[in-house]
Amino acid sequence: MNEHQQTLWQFMFEQSDKLFTQTMQHVGLTFISLLFAIAIGLPLGILIARKRKLSGTVLGIAGVLQTIPSIALLGFMIPVLGIGAKPAIVALLIYALLPIIRNTYTGIIGIDQHVKEAARAMGMSKSQVLLKVELPLAMPIILAGIRTATVINVGVATLASFIAAGGLGEFIFGGISLNNTNMILAGAIPAALLAIILDALLSLVQKMDFKKLRKMLYILPFVIIILSGFYALPSAYGSTLTAGFTPEFMGRQDGDLGLKSTYGLKIHTIVISDAIMYKAAFSKELDVISGYSTDGRLKAFDLKILKDDKSIFPPYYAAPIVRNTALKQFPLLAETLNLLAGKITDSVMTDLNYRTDYLHQTPERVAKDFLISNGLYKAPNNGHKGMVRIGSKIFGEQYILAEMYSMLIKGNTDYEVSTKTGLGGTKICFDALMNDQIDFYPEYTGTGLLVLLQPDPKIAKEMAHDKDKTYDYVYTEFEKKFKIKWLKPIGFNNSYALMMRQKQSKDLNVNTITDLKNYLDKN
Amino acid sequence: MIELKEVSKKFGDTQAVNLVSFKVDEKETLVLLGTSGCGKTTTLKMINRLIEPDEGQILINGEAITNQDPDTLRTGVGYVMQNIGLFPHYTVAENIAVVPKLLKWDKEKIKTRTQELIKKLHLPENSLSMFPHELSGGQQQRVGLARALVADPAVLLMDEPFGALDNVTRTSIQKEFKGLEELKRKTIAMVTHDVQEAFELADRICLMDRGKIIQIGTPKELLYRPINDFARKFLAGQRLALEFKVVNLQDIWSYLPKGTLQDGKSLSDDLNIWDAMELLRSSDRSQLLVSGANNERKSVNFEQLTKGFNEFQNTQAHE
Repeated sequence: MNEHQQTLWQFMFEQSDKLFTQTMQHVGLTFISLLFAIAIGLPLGILIARKRKLSGTVLGIAGVLQTIPSIALLGFMIPVLGIGAKPAIVALLIYALLPIIRNTYTGIIGIDQHVKEAARAMGMSKSQVLLKVELPLAMPIILAGIRTATVINVGVATLASFIAAGGLGEFIFGGISLNNTNMILAGAIPAALLAIILDALLSLVQKMDFKKLRKMLYILPFVIIILSGFYALPSAYGSTLTAGFTPEFMGRQDGDLGLKSTYGLKIHTIVISDAIMYKAAFSKELDVISGYSTDGRLKAFDLKILKDDKSIFPPYYAAPIVRNTALKQFPLLAETLNLLAGKITDSVMTDLNYRTDYLHQTPERVAKDFLISNGLYKAPNNGHKGMVRIGSKIFGEQYILAEMYSMLIKGNTDYEVSTKTGLGGTKICFDALMNDQIDFYPEYTGTGLLVLLQPDPKIAKEMAHDKDKTYDYVYTEFEKKFKIKWLKPIGFNNSYALMMRQKQSKDLNVNTITDLKNYLDKN
Repeated sequence: MIELKEVSKKFGDTQAVNLVSFKVDEKETLVLLGTSGCGKTTTLKMINRLIEPDEGQILINGEAITNQDPDTLRTGVGYVMQNIGLFPHYTVAENIAVVPKLLKWDKEKIKTRTQELIKKLHLPENSLSMFPHELSGGQQQRVGLARALVADPAVLLMDEPFGALDNVTRTSIQKEFKGLEELKRKTIAMVTHDVQEAFELADRICLMDRGKIIQIGTPKELLYRPINDFARKFLAGQRLALEFKVVNLQDIWSYLPKGTLQDGKSLSDDLNIWDAMELLRSSDRSQLLVSGANNERKSVNFEQLTKGFNEFQNTQAHE
């Protein structure tokens, strides 16, 4: 398709520095949290084996913690522990806790009563019985628990990249956002290998006979501590300000790469999920973030957009993209969706986003209020002439748009609607569209150009700053390549933007990206 | 010496042990005999404080056991248990060395003592580096005994020590243990539900039921002078076999015909009837030469033996 299509090996080779850093971070995260989980879980397991009455409560609590979805758990951690390593380690520790506590408990209570009695009858003190008899005999089962915990941790650690704790998740989620399969695999394959290798190694230890196991038990803690140290190893270069960029932004020409090549911006950067980036900027954990220009949190957290004075961020005008087959199947669809065309400006969209993100109104209510005030709302017809499937990516603005389209379709046609919101990043949404899982979703011209079409960089650069040229280009190319139609733009331009806190921007007198670069070079 | 003074123990509402008092003399073997649940094991475990009594006092060599730290007390009291209870993660040598290590013996001393014991207990030399599961049941039991004997405690407690063995192995090991010099020097309290075993090994038997002592006495006393119906019925099933074990040639001496003078090696008159019969049956001898009191010698054949025994039985019954 184009000359910069790489093989996976080329990608991994090119990114070997990052890959190495991320793998080290991943191993480090896994083992630091494992270390803490053992330090907490082992004594707890011993305690509840002694005081059986406590076992139900302790195992129950650990079990409930285990069921909290990992993303949610990471989310809960942020208000308490901020972003970065701390909350990630705590979250991983919580997941690792249950198998360790449970297996320690099961291992100890499973020991032959007669052996315990013999130990006491020989004159061993309680602590000697524990150290010389109970723990060694329970060790194979305890090790099985540690093994389970390790494998769980390798998996969950991929999510650490959401809260700027690094790890192989940076590649995986960056790749999903960027529609870059190589990048996904460059993160996913090492993560999977890591899990398999660690599992195999620990199963070897677990199956050792008592003699070898005894030696191993002296070595194992050191191995875990050394592996934990991997996390501290790769330290980023320091700068006075810290930037938090999404995985997607990190890999884009119109993102971090452009900031480096066009502006020469050198800033200490951590990778973080979009969901918590704004809050982290507000709470002064981050100074510069890569936001979206219509994001409601811009208003909520009092952030300022830095002017893109060298124009590296192309326009991102939103418009629904629909499969041609769907347009044929639902003749009224295009007309209905176009009812929204040109109706929502940047400031209106920011306000709508503000209402969902900050005032916590439901997307449904915000959508309905908007349609009513613009005279577009009609009560649903409750027709049964086929099902239109709407998709949306996993952020607020897309939810609102999906709701609006849903209401418009129900009110103006006899079609039924099902919405599949929260389809992750661009790649997931677009694949769903291509594979006939959904009929349309709102997309942005810039994304269509740079992520989905990925034309020759020269062509891209040429038209990237002209909104009409971009629209025309994606319109024709999508029709040709994908048999997908771009309907009329909704009106607002949700482009990337660098943002700072208003106050900090004023204090440092930084208003443009060039100002930021100059400030960083001086300090 | 072990002494129990009115010791009682309750588990919930069950009176497991009820005012039990007895004394085990120096170098004596007292067997606590009874059905399961009679309180014999609880009684035994109170002696090394695995179970603490509710009431009463227990003394070992004149000193109240409550005056000693339980761990120290236990390192000084040998314990052989029902399911052997060897540590599966320790080699045989390490299992035997548990108590010496707690007593902080030096390595050389532990090694010498271990070598000595495995020889006495007929364990193969190469078993020292094996794990318990690699040994036969009988060998495991020997290791269990070695572990209890290694620090040469004056007092030994045995809880159904042969309970995990099959009948054939049990009989042979019982015999062997009985002849073991190390055991003859010890004050032993042993628990069993097996009447044969009790009669085989005991100097005195303490028959228990529902937490109480029914009768304490020598095997012969229990057999010929049972204190009540319970004691009589308890032994009734195996009476004849027990009598063969309890009665020895000395007892029936007067019922044996005056011997013809014969030369040759003679047997001691404390040989019991059972063993005498076995000798007569297994060897090609038709007569045994026995020397009794005052160097009197008698030769006995199978017929004379049973006849003498029957006459002895009759006198006991009419007493």
